[in-house]
Amino acid sequence: MSRHLLSISDLGADRIEAILDLSEKFAEVGQRKIPRVPALRGKTVAWLFYEDSTRTRLSFETAAKRLSADTMNFSVSTSSVNKGESLRDTVETIDAMGIDAIVVRHGCAGVPHQVGGWIDASVINAGDGWHEHPTQALLDLYTARTRLGDLAGKKVTIVGDIRHSRVARSNVLGFSAVGASVTLVAPGPLLPPSLEGWPVSVSHDLDATLADTDICYLLRMQQERQKRALVPSLREFRATYGIDARRADLLGDDALIMHPGPMNRGVEIDGDVADRPNAVITEQVANGVAVRMAVLFLLLGSGLDQLDDQMAAA
Amino acid sequence: MTTIAVRGGTVIDSTGSRRADVVVSDEGVILAVGAGLDGDRRLDASGGIVSPGLVDLHAHLRQPGREDAETIATGARGAALGGFTAVVAMPNTTPVIDTAAVVTEVRQLAADACCEVYPSAAITVGRKGEALTPMAELVGLGVRIFTDDGDGVQDAAVMRNALEYARGLGHLTGGQPVVLAQHCEVAALTRGGYMHEGEWSSRLGIGGQPAEAEELMVMRDIALSRLTGGRVHFQHLSTAGSVAMVRAAKNAGLPVTAEATPHHFTLTDECCAAYDPVFKVHPPLRTAADTAAVRAGLADGTIDAIATDHAPHTTADKEKPFDAAPPGMLGLETAFAVARTELDLPVEAVLALMSWRPAAVAGIADRHGGPVAPGAPANLCVIDPDAEWTVSGAAMASPSRNTPFEGRAVRGRVRHTIRRGEAVVVDGEAQA
Repeated sequence: MSRHLLSISDLGADRIEAILDLSEKFAEVGQRKIPRVPALRGKTVAWLFYEDSTRTRLSFETAAKRLSADTMNFSVSTSSVNKGESLRDTVETIDAMGIDAIVVRHGCAGVPHQVGGWIDASVINAGDGWHEHPTQALLDLYTARTRLGDLAGKKVTIVGDIRHSRVARSNVLGFSAVGASVTLVAPGPLLPPSLEGWPVSVSHDLDATLADTDICYLLRMQQERQKRALVPSLREFRATYGIDARRADLLGDDALIMHPGPMNRGVEIDGDVADRPNAVITEQVANGVAVRMAVLFLLLGSGLDQLDDQMAAA
Repeated sequence: MTTIAVRGGTVIDSTGSRRADVVVSDEGVILAVGAGLDGDRRLDASGGIVSPGLVDLHAHLRQPGREDAETIATGARGAALGGFTAVVAMPNTTPVIDTAAVVTEVRQLAADACCEVYPSAAITVGRKGEALTPMAELVGLGVRIFTDDGDGVQDAAVMRNALEYARGLGHLTGGQPVVLAQHCEVAALTRGGYMHEGEWSSRLGIGGQPAEAEELMVMRDIALSRLTGGRVHFQHLSTAGSVAMVRAAKNAGLPVTAEATPHHFTLTDECCAAYDPVFKVHPPLRTAADTAAVRAGLADGTIDAIATDHAPHTTADKEKPFDAAPPGMLGLETAFAVARTELDLPVEAVLALMSWRPAAVAGIADRHGGPVAPGAPANLCVIDPDAEWTVSGAAMASPSRNTPFEGRAVRGRVRHTIRRGEAVVVDGEAQA
């Protein structure tokens, strides 16, 4: 595995499978009375979040602590960034304190790539603009695999604001890497301007697509899309692209409903749909910790040979 | 009076090519052109081309306002190193070049520079697209090109008025045209866009600027040129559609001209794949089909000039996130070599695109780009057309380093530059 995790395209199908297998191992750690293993003792992981995030940051932080890594939280709102310090100066300052990995979230696409060029530590992309959110896709793949088994040949429908979604970009790459077929369903202005090179098909007819779907993946619909006239109204979006009880019934009994959160109940997903047994939204969150443990271990750990001893040493 | 003899080269100008020595005086005039000439000082031109100095229609010299990125002195030094004896300075400085006071300040700052600097001025006050600048007063100070470069004039009525107003200023210039140069970009279609909209922007998750944002304004301004009879110069054409429309407009006899930059005929949007803001520029790097169309436009005369759009930015600014980093690239020191290397054109054609044709567009053909002949102004460059070298931003005169051609092997190098009879570059070294 390369030093960084910037994009799902950094991983092939084999590495994705390896991460998911390892995640299974780490999920077991989470069940223990003391959910902690010494696999990353002595390693330091820093967080650099330029965008608000509760679930992703807490998930990474829990993952690092369960691996016995030290953590360093660089909170942007109280930092020198507000005094005008440049991104590079901030990153090099954190690096100078001695870190092994930095988990970066930024509102602009590509920032983790830039950071990776400036420091020796591993960079993990925790979401960059509209570009990618690779650990989200990995935890989604893990959740889907846990429920459905082998994902090869499964049909994935991703619905909603694809254009502005880093989750969608990572999931298109992730699901297609493991052999699933992906269909995008969205109004025109919420599709990427070009789908050249994307291993997807596109539909605007959600009802027809749902009948032949194993995984229905919903994206958060942001209020501001309406203000910029990308859709007429959230009401019309819900009517055309939202999953209400009727549409949820079009799905097969085993089909999963997934959402990266936070949800807009009553927009892309109706409240009672989100609480159905085949909606795995809280499982996604729970699995995030194990998957991020796997990613941190593969980037920073001493190798899989020693992992069993480390797991036993807890 | 002292003289310099440029000996042993091949003179190439708009009249053709011949072996000749050239003698210039420090009074700024060519004294003699012929065989076996000598002077108080000799400059070796053997194996090289002696050409009228190059003329850049489009350079950002950043002064006043961003002297950390470039000054008129450093920009003019880079220009001279690139073979230019004249550059048109863009008005998007701080303050904007939109009053007589700022025009005068730029002229004073440029008085001793290595290259002649012709300030352009904004079309609208503050480049805000609303009120016209005092164009007659600024023409009186020598301004011939007006542009809101960095932005296009969005309001069609304002652009129409500017064209009609500029048409009436010919009596102040002795018949030289007053040109409105447009950065064509419909802002409503580029808001939130930081690179060419297409396959790469979609994949990279970067907001895009569609080619049509440029083309719609090219189309509009061709129509306004037809309506008003006013001269429009299209800056940095970057799309196949724009080139086709300018070609059709010229065939229809409309008074339009156009320029293209070296980066728009060599680099594509794929360069942005690693999110390096050095490749962020406006208009953005586009597709291979667009670079091919720009090359074809240069080859068939649709595009009149190669202009640099030299746009220095500090390393700190170019290390910002891609969305936030300012657009622009260095160009003065690489333009000739990139054109020579990348274009499938004879060197005479490259020189036409970089010297006499842009001089005509800028209304400075009496000072630059004219035939190399006794009595003509002594603004010349000597070029080794086949010398190979490797581009390095750190080696450039600019305090900025943002060349998109870093590390690229290129062919064609400026050996000497003579401005007003003074050798400002000798053997590739700036003399001041």
